[in-house]
Amino acid sequence: MSSVATTQIKLTPERSRPSVRSRLQDALPKLVLAPSFAITIVFVYGFILWTIYLSFTNSKTFPSYVITGSRAYQRLWGWTFDTDPPSSWYTSITNMGIFGFLYIAICLALGLFLAILLDQKIRGEGVLRPIYLYPMALSFIVTGVAWKWFLDPGLGLEQTLHQWGWTSFHFDWIKNKDFVIYTVVIAGVWQASGFIMAMFLAGLRGIDGEIMKAAQIDGATTFQLYRRIVIPLLRPIFLSAFIVLAHLAIKSYDLVVALTSGGPGGSAWLPSNFMYEYTFKRNEMAVGSASAVIMLMTIVAIIVPYLYSELREKPR
Amino acid sequence: MSAVATPARQASSGISSKTLNRVVIYGLLALFALFYLMPLFVMLVTSFKTMDEIQNGNMLSLPHAPTFAPWIKAWSEVCSGLTCVGMKGYFWNSIKMVVPAVLISTLLGALNGYVLTKWRFRGHTLVFAMMLFACFIPFQSVLLPMATILGSLGRFGVTLQNATGFNFGLGNSTVNLVFVHVVYGLGFTTLFFRNYYEAFPTELIKAAQVDGASFFQIFRRIMLPNSLPIIVVTVIYQFTNIWNDFLFASAYAGSGDVMPMTVALNNVVNTSTGVVEYNVNMAAAMIAALPTLIVYIVAGRYFVRGLMAGAVKG
Repeated sequence: MSSVATTQIKLTPERSRPSVRSRLQDALPKLVLAPSFAITIVFVYGFILWTIYLSFTNSKTFPSYVITGSRAYQRLWGWTFDTDPPSSWYTSITNMGIFGFLYIAICLALGLFLAILLDQKIRGEGVLRPIYLYPMALSFIVTGVAWKWFLDPGLGLEQTLHQWGWTSFHFDWIKNKDFVIYTVVIAGVWQASGFIMAMFLAGLRGIDGEIMKAAQIDGATTFQLYRRIVIPLLRPIFLSAFIVLAHLAIKSYDLVVALTSGGPGGSAWLPSNFMYEYTFKRNEMAVGSASAVIMLMTIVAIIVPYLYSELREKPR
Repeated sequence: MSAVATPARQASSGISSKTLNRVVIYGLLALFALFYLMPLFVMLVTSFKTMDEIQNGNMLSLPHAPTFAPWIKAWSEVCSGLTCVGMKGYFWNSIKMVVPAVLISTLLGALNGYVLTKWRFRGHTLVFAMMLFACFIPFQSVLLPMATILGSLGRFGVTLQNATGFNFGLGNSTVNLVFVHVVYGLGFTTLFFRNYYEAFPTELIKAAQVDGASFFQIFRRIMLPNSLPIIVVTVIYQFTNIWNDFLFASAYAGSGDVMPMTVALNNVVNTSTGVVEYNVNMAAAMIAALPTLIVYIVAGRYFVRGLMAGAVKG
């Protein structure tokens, strides 16, 4: 087909003469892409620079554009060690650590576990899979209403078990400032683990059945088969799932708002909530911007190497 | 965990242990299904109960005398803060925001994907990488500048209104949110279409070019008719994301009668005047959940595919 193309073009030389029209034709693809790219440059990268700039000013309620140095960062740094009583920033980053670690670890473990179970030629898989996955389609503002109720000691699980006769049962984490972050973990895992399950399941289905058969013939037990062969083969999925979970964890915002409204005394805050509160409610715009910059840098450290390697491989 | 236990039993062999194995697997799967379904179930049954039954009954029990009253109240008279006009207005706010935002971002994504795969130029990977990175940024890092810009556009809108009698949509919260969601959704839609068009045979495009088809003719006659699966994926993904958004909505339309559904729901639930009507709250939550839930039930397969496309392999 391409040989036909070249001859045809050679036969009609007047077409290759650069006219205004054909030059416009050549530039057209770039012109079509240009608005989107320009929007990205301005509203993503420009705005990020703007936020970084604001973090070096003394902006309070309104943005100020006089650079006053790294005072906002110094305050955050000071608060990082301000543990008695814990500063909001200390609480936010400690919560991020607890939440991030448990959320990622439990989602990966549970997702893999469910995927392996579902991969045992289960009847009714078509019914179970959507059930595990639907939380991802709903806003946490919605399901948070149910979770909040469920975790409330006076209404939910505790009361139900009391009614069923287990009166010594006690579960008030959502009202306890030391434990409230763990309720956020429970709800977060509930929301995302089904999706991670789907990722692992897709990975399992992609594994060559011959390898499994060969291993079984060699007398490998099911456990050995999974530990030695299947799980190592799933390594790329672990990486993708980790990236997804890590950036979801850092971006989590409505989870905390819907479930705990920030928790007793802001004890359930994550950095995203800290940023919102300090910027829009406490009129500390510079500090809010500095915390946003720190969130962004954390994401950059995780995402940029990943994107680089992903896009690098492509042109073979 | 049971994966550890099951092979040990299997090793000791015998048909009965195999049956036991299956029972354990099915039991665990069912248990987790209950865990995932529980919140939705609680929401649904509670929304049909009377307050009496909620206070005296069990949260997991089915309603004795199902009533639609909480749904009706949630739709047309529930209070969000001090205004008691129900969720219906906010529901339409969300619809008015979602529909244009989804359409515009999907169309732009399709065009971008088309250019980035079939009309490549030097640096196309960099351009794509820069747009893709926008999918991952925490939106807190652009929240404040956008608020400033939208604020000054709003003031400019007022000036225009005074001068010409028409504000061209500047300062309108719905227009603002459509704009914001298009801007920050572009990365995703471009990603979806780029990956899809990557596999589309370039020879077809070449042949059409030889026949004298223009850039847009090829897009309209060849690319679009062959893009139905990815259009469905993109529309569903964008619809779900934009409908469920809370951060942008609360920052740029956080109060008054311009609130989208999610913000209004959060206000309703946290309104603490008088007795908290859990049944009405749950009904309001169900109303907010219904559009995405229906989309998920009807076309969940495509939704999952969209999630995967964002996660696996750029």
